[in-house]
Amino acid sequence: MATTTASMQENLSESKGQHSVSLGLANFWVAMIFLVVALILGVYQVAERSGFFPALESPTLYFASVSTHGVLMGFVLTTFMIMGFGYYAATTSLKMSLPGKGFAWFGFWLALVGVLIAAVPLLTGNASVLYTFYPPLVAHPAFYIGATLLVVGSWVWCIEMIWMMMIWKKQHPGEAVPLVHFGNTANAVMWLWTTIGVASEMLFQLIPWSLGLLETVDVGLARTLFSWTLHAIVYFWLFPAYIALYTIMPKAIGGKLFSDEMGRIAFVMLLVFSVPIGFHHLYMDPFHQAGWKFVHMFGTFMVALPTLFTGFTVIASMEIAGRLRGGKGLLGWIGALPWKEPMMAASGLAMIMLAFGGFGGMVNASYSLNTMVHNTQWVTGHFHLIFGGTVVVMYCAILYHMFPRMLGRQLYSKSMAVKQLWLWTIGMFVLTIPWHVIGVLGQPRRISSTPYDTPLVQQWDVHEGAMIVGGALLLLSGLMLVWNLLKTHSAPQEASAMEYAEPIHAAPRVPHLLNSFAFWNVVILIYIVASYGYPIAQFFLNPTFGATPWGV
Amino acid sequence: MHIDETEKRWVWITIIMTAIMVGVLTAYAVGSNVHPPSGFEPIDSTRLHVEGEFMEENLGVKTNPDGSITLTMVAARYGFYPSSIEVPVNTPVKIRIASADVLHGVHVPFTNYTTMVVPGYVAEVNTEFQKTGDFSLLCNEYCGLGHDHMWSRLKVVEKSGS
Ligand code: HEM
Ligand SMILES: [Cu+2]
Ligand SMILES: [Cu+2]
Repeated sequence: MATTTASMQENLSESKGQHSVSLGLANFWVAMIFLVVALILGVYQVAERSGFFPALESPTLYFASVSTHGVLMGFVLTTFMIMGFGYYAATTSLKMSLPGKGFAWFGFWLALVGVLIAAVPLLTGNASVLYTFYPPLVAHPAFYIGATLLVVGSWVWCIEMIWMMMIWKKQHPGEAVPLVHFGNTANAVMWLWTTIGVASEMLFQLIPWSLGLLETVDVGLARTLFSWTLHAIVYFWLFPAYIALYTIMPKAIGGKLFSDEMGRIAFVMLLVFSVPIGFHHLYMDPFHQAGWKFVHMFGTFMVALPTLFTGFTVIASMEIAGRLRGGKGLLGWIGALPWKEPMMAASGLAMIMLAFGGFGGMVNASYSLNTMVHNTQWVTGHFHLIFGGTVVVMYCAILYHMFPRMLGRQLYSKSMAVKQLWLWTIGMFVLTIPWHVIGVLGQPRRISSTPYDTPLVQQWDVHEGAMIVGGALLLLSGLMLVWNLLKTHSAPQEASAMEYAEPIHAAPRVPHLLNSFAFWNVVILIYIVASYGYPIAQFFLNPTFGATPWGV
Repeated sequence: MHIDETEKRWVWITIIMTAIMVGVLTAYAVGSNVHPPSGFEPIDSTRLHVEGEFMEENLGVKTNPDGSITLTMVAARYGFYPSSIEVPVNTPVKIRIASADVLHGVHVPFTNYTTMVVPGYVAEVNTEFQKTGDFSLLCNEYCGLGHDHMWSRLKVVEKSGS
């Protein structure tokens, strides 16, 4: 069977050598350290913005902070989490050691050095251009170079994932690649396609321009290239959460996966649909025809499908577990679920935040409704809920699940873990509900103060107060996560194997299209050329005027 | 390959639901004529003040022969020019705005008017203001350390002569 489970008696020291434990832990710790730094900045930001603390007020510090917070949360936490998850899941599910271990470590160090290089201009206020680095504001070249190294480091991970899938398939002809690795490889393939946009912007525009080698850049082209990356990047972040819901959660709560094949279908759809639809980030930009925006809206709604499929499979898998545990009746199975298991609590909470966040996403994705919310605080509220909420809560669950298995020790405190997950979710709602509201009440995003007319500003005050409370709860929750995992390093020894969920209908063989990405790469290429070909070409076919660099 | 019957039904439900949603949004966009900015009109942002429609003396509200309004504005750190604007209610308004420096955005909360203002391109939006009153016109894209202070006022008044 594809997802054969490791026996509990598996000799731990032997498996430790084979599984990439130290690489996984290194990635996870880098992710967590930067998470805490970024959380502290987040709390400072909500406090500064509120205007309740005049002593804090400083646009210089604020925008350095938001730029650092966005980079750390969006690029650093995610990339290292995804790499650690991928390496450990691959070696444990495929039961093989990492090929080219030195190469993988090289990728890790490259990414980390990139972050440290970028940190210098960020923290000294020389890269206060925000994590979307929209030109013609210019940052110190070290910022662009550091960010590029981080991306190149992540490409090493992509190559490792694809490479392992190839080796495994050669050794197991005709067999289905374990779902967890199929998912991680789908993410790796998607990320390679995704990063073409931002890498082109960096290499052909921002880096030479910031070094003075280019006089001007075409801002319309830069924004178009960035939009290529900006949508699919959120699926890069979300993928591990979905993969854990399909392949780890059902087993961890004592049940089975409802359908292995639907998981594959969802992963392939996420891969194919998510890159060529970035124009929903450009709805309000003046240099593309509304017709193209409309076409991208259709594409954007297509990605709702794999998410809706996932919702069904995940809830059905939970129901199986609930009934196996004696739950009866239409909803009785919900109470029978092991809510004291971190993986269970996180999955349930993640689904709730996904439901609310998904609704907000529909509004943003709408070509017409977007007008009301574009670049207001609604948008920041939305992505904190779905990214900071759904995604991060699942990252926490992955850490709680993998750390004890990597270390061969018990989790320091399960109940603290469950409390942490609830606190995170409550904090996220306390933070983001008012955040959405001030957005609808017109507050623009990315402001450090509110020097507008009083009637407008007065409506926002109470909400800004609530946001500070939400931020504090999240910071506390983040510290509980780190404390728990730190203490796990010295918790009592206990060997438990990393096991993956088995589907109710075993799928030892699956159709070729659900076991390989070759065909899908061709589909993606055609789809991207169709949706981005002309919009990018127009900048070269018409005379345009570039912009010179401007300081902040 | 095994797909459960209930799951197949769910797949159909999601497809139909999504199609309905896209249908409603399309009908709304077409029916109420709410469209995002459209077009491709390059302009040399460094020469706005020297020549053409965005020179200082050409900015502001103009009434066209057919009664509609054209509003021409410049966004530059950290303000919108002209800084005070008066437009009539329920009248088609064509708003043309260009940036003299970096990226900006405009949003007039509680109306349908918003657009990004991207250096090198004219941002044109056709809309109508449906309520009279005093509105704020806010920059909604980070444009530098003074971004918060980039805003002005827009007054929507009764139609004259009606
Ligand atoms: C203590 C919890 C947090 C607080 C109080 C907080 C607060 C903030 C604030 C005030 C902003 C600026 C919003 C604006 O005006 O545009 C921001 C931006 C951002 N936050 Fe958070 N945040 C928190 C946690 C998170 C988490 C967990 C994530 C994701 C994992 C995240 C990701 C981001 C990103 C990507 C930005 C965008 C920066 C930009 O617009 O350039 N934040 N956050
Ligand atoms: Cu997007
Ligand atoms: Cu501005």
